[in-house]
Amino acid sequence: MSETIEKPYTAKELETDQDVRWCPGCGDYSILKQVQKVIPELGIKREDLVFVSGIGCSSRFPYYMETFGMHSIHGRATAIASGLKAARPELSVWIVTGDGDALSIGGNHLIHILRKNFNVNILLFNNQIYGLTKGQYSPASEEGKITKSSPMGSIDHPFNPLALCLGADATFIARTMDRDPNHLRDVLKRANDHKGTSMVEIYQNCNVFNDGAFFIYTDKETKAAETLFLEQGKPLIFGEGKTKGIKLDGFKPIIVDLANGAAASDLWIHDETDRVKAGLLSRFFDNPKTEGHLPRPFGVFYTETRYCYEDALVEQITNSISKSGKGDLDKLLKGSNTWKIA
Amino acid sequence: MSKTTEITKDVTILFAGDSGDGIQLTGTQFTNTTALFGNDLSTFPNFPAEIRAPQGTLAGVSGFQLRFSSNEIYTPGDACDVLVVMNAAALKANLKQLKTGGIIIANTDGFDPKNLGLAKYPAGVNPLKDNSLEKYKVHEIDVTKMTKECLKDSGLGIKEIDRTKNMFVLGFILWMFNRDMDNTIKYITDKFKKVPEIMEANIKTLKAGYHFGDTSETFTTRFQVEKAQLEKGEYRNIMGNQAAAIGLVAAAERSGLTLFYGTYPITPASDILHELSRYKNFGVKTFQAEDEIAAIGSTIGASFGGALGVTASSGPGIALKGEAIGLAVMLEIPLVIINIQRGGPSTGLPTKTEQSDLLQSLYGRNGEAPAVVIAAYSPADCFNTVFEACRIAVEHMTPVFFLSDGYLANGSEPWKFPATKDLPSIKAVFAEPRKDEDPKFMPYKRDEKLVRKWAIPGTKGLEHRVGGIEKEDITGNISYDPDNHEHMVKTRAQKVENIADTIPLQQIDNGKEKGKLLIVGWGSTYGSIKAAVREAIEEGYDVSHAHIKYLNPFPKNLGEILYNFDKVIVPEMNNGQLVKVLRDKYMVPAIPFNKIKGMPFSAAEIKNKIVETLKK
Repeated sequence: MSETIEKPYTAKELETDQDVRWCPGCGDYSILKQVQKVIPELGIKREDLVFVSGIGCSSRFPYYMETFGMHSIHGRATAIASGLKAARPELSVWIVTGDGDALSIGGNHLIHILRKNFNVNILLFNNQIYGLTKGQYSPASEEGKITKSSPMGSIDHPFNPLALCLGADATFIARTMDRDPNHLRDVLKRANDHKGTSMVEIYQNCNVFNDGAFFIYTDKETKAAETLFLEQGKPLIFGEGKTKGIKLDGFKPIIVDLANGAAASDLWIHDETDRVKAGLLSRFFDNPKTEGHLPRPFGVFYTETRYCYEDALVEQITNSISKSGKGDLDKLLKGSNTWKIA
Repeated sequence: MSKTTEITKDVTILFAGDSGDGIQLTGTQFTNTTALFGNDLSTFPNFPAEIRAPQGTLAGVSGFQLRFSSNEIYTPGDACDVLVVMNAAALKANLKQLKTGGIIIANTDGFDPKNLGLAKYPAGVNPLKDNSLEKYKVHEIDVTKMTKECLKDSGLGIKEIDRTKNMFVLGFILWMFNRDMDNTIKYITDKFKKVPEIMEANIKTLKAGYHFGDTSETFTTRFQVEKAQLEKGEYRNIMGNQAAAIGLVAAAERSGLTLFYGTYPITPASDILHELSRYKNFGVKTFQAEDEIAAIGSTIGASFGGALGVTASSGPGIALKGEAIGLAVMLEIPLVIINIQRGGPSTGLPTKTEQSDLLQSLYGRNGEAPAVVIAAYSPADCFNTVFEACRIAVEHMTPVFFLSDGYLANGSEPWKFPATKDLPSIKAVFAEPRKDEDPKFMPYKRDEKLVRKWAIPGTKGLEHRVGGIEKEDITGNISYDPDNHEHMVKTRAQKVENIADTIPLQQIDNGKEKGKLLIVGWGSTYGSIKAAVREAIEEGYDVSHAHIKYLNPFPKNLGEILYNFDKVIVPEMNNGQLVKVLRDKYMVPAIPFNKIKGMPFSAAEIKNKIVETLKK
């Protein structure tokens, strides 16, 4: 994507003439706005952008982006994007999906695209509920969740989405939220810069069926104490006035009080390339109601460089042509053993 | 001792043994030699679903039937002249296939008490010893012993020696039919070039088998089948799946598109993947997906991106692809869906043949989701038919089913292969880049055939959205308007119907244009029907044969042809599928004639049905 664009476009020019049909107050509006804002800064030709989605509220996203787009079928956006990227490696492919679409019906395709590492960006809008079907629990809903399909509380143990992705050998995992536009844009840029499958989990509020699911991380009263913003090379510090830190006791993360004599030099320094530590960070997933729980991390957890599927595919073709020459159809038709009838 | 050579016109051999005995390899090698010699031929491999089924059992018997002839032939033979059996189970399972007076070549080592027991012969009974085979000419050979003897100084282990015994049999059969060993030696040399001791052992055993025929006093007669007088030209031998794979590469070349083949391994379709994955220097992109849905999903993605998207499976996999096929119907993009049918439902009979997915292809989706369906009728015809499937998909922006089946996929026949320059070109129509001042791009604007243009990402000014939700005609915007939905359903159906204008009219394959009885077939029943009808006509029966390749839409004159006959019989390897569609569409009292045994019709079965019907 190093080619310069002859005519840059604006965020406004990424809007379509279609009415946006999400419920008023939905977190999706904010995400759409930040995506439209950040993309013109990425230097990608507009005709090279493709947004592919599955089914669900978030999957309406492509209709509102003046780019190429496909609103496909439930759970399959990842599979469709894989084929598109294999056929056209030069395109910039973005997958928009939700917690039901990606983690339930499309769970298989999600883990496989991560392991194959196509160079695409996955935006997983996690609202921990089925919104489009009007409020059943999702695989990301917490245990005991009362919904239309779980009147006595959900007995499903939820997925930890980023731990799942890390387990599938994702080469980039990050978390952000709809109500922090600056952080959202920064993470989107990082995702785009990463060569490989970039997995971005976005906490998104469904104000109709699961309002306030992430309130604790977005409300200014609680945000500082409950969130941990990761920065490469920086110690893990959080809390009101940045007074709390996290250090490692062996493999056990411990919260220390910097105001009460704990040394800043003992703190865990964030290293995005450390897989083991990324694993620990992904497990900062306690129910915020439990005593002594760890804060929820946001930012880039992990990134590694690994070959992309589409590059290896093209490389095999190139090598095969340089080794045996460009395929000759007449030779193929003829095969190795023929006979003539005169 | 002197040996005589008997000239014969037509021979059917059935090789049978354990699925681990190398039966398929023996059959294929003999077939290749026979093809190079210039006989017409037809093969029918028949094997169990298990890779190594329990040794010596009836369930584990693998067979390879080959018919070769100095005449033109259409089937691998109803009954065989020569039955080669490696063990008792192979004899028991196949004896009914052998003609009275036929030759049995039996490996005696496979008739020890253990093998007899496994084959469920009563204790103490050995068919080689009790005169029960007196209707046949039985030749007993202790293949195992002779192979061991031949390789005793080779330094190889018992297991490795045992694995070469199929070469002894092959050598013997090559001798028996007066064929030279050159082609097989070339094959062995090539296959085992990295393990010279195995190469030498196989060649040594092969030669031992050949010389055994020459020197053993038991065998006094060799057979000679002269070259067939096929149409002039250059031929090769080809299997159905191989022909399909080459056909796809040819379609990619003649359309100027990149072939993307997204699939998930399944019997009996996987060989197409194996074949295509070797053609990387043709720019072919094969993608082994995580499941059937991802296989078609990736293919739809590739096709959306402007590649020639092809996905393949067999019945169970096609069932999983159903929703995505509906998406392709809505997107109106090219998509070829290959179904190598096998016995169903569910897992059914994975390695056996059946034609039971016709209705699935025509109707197996939610909503009104029309797709084009075409079927190959012989192994070599898989080439033409898959090429035609690609042409229709690309030129009409629609999903197209290519139907084959296990019998065509693994069967082989001589093929007078075409030259690239004689293949038609396939014209993809891409939407052109748009300038800012041009009118807004309308993705669902159609030409007179109702076909939209292929608007692929990367084309300036064509940014637009497609999807599975109903869309407004012309603009492609989401629309829940009742009139628009009805209009779009009718339009998508009409678009498929319009293809009837571009396909050939239905021909009568054999017989008169009008008469008492018409046999209507589709797919792999072609050879059996052809042979049966030809014989019946020679005997004076008033019968004709039409074979339908285009199953949706039908050729425009099909109804007229059906109405020209007093009776119509539709033989199918299913419980009556095409017959339902013909009755529905043309209101003809067509009569079903079904065989659902995982085995193709024999010509005799169809001939008997013709005779029985006309004598009523």
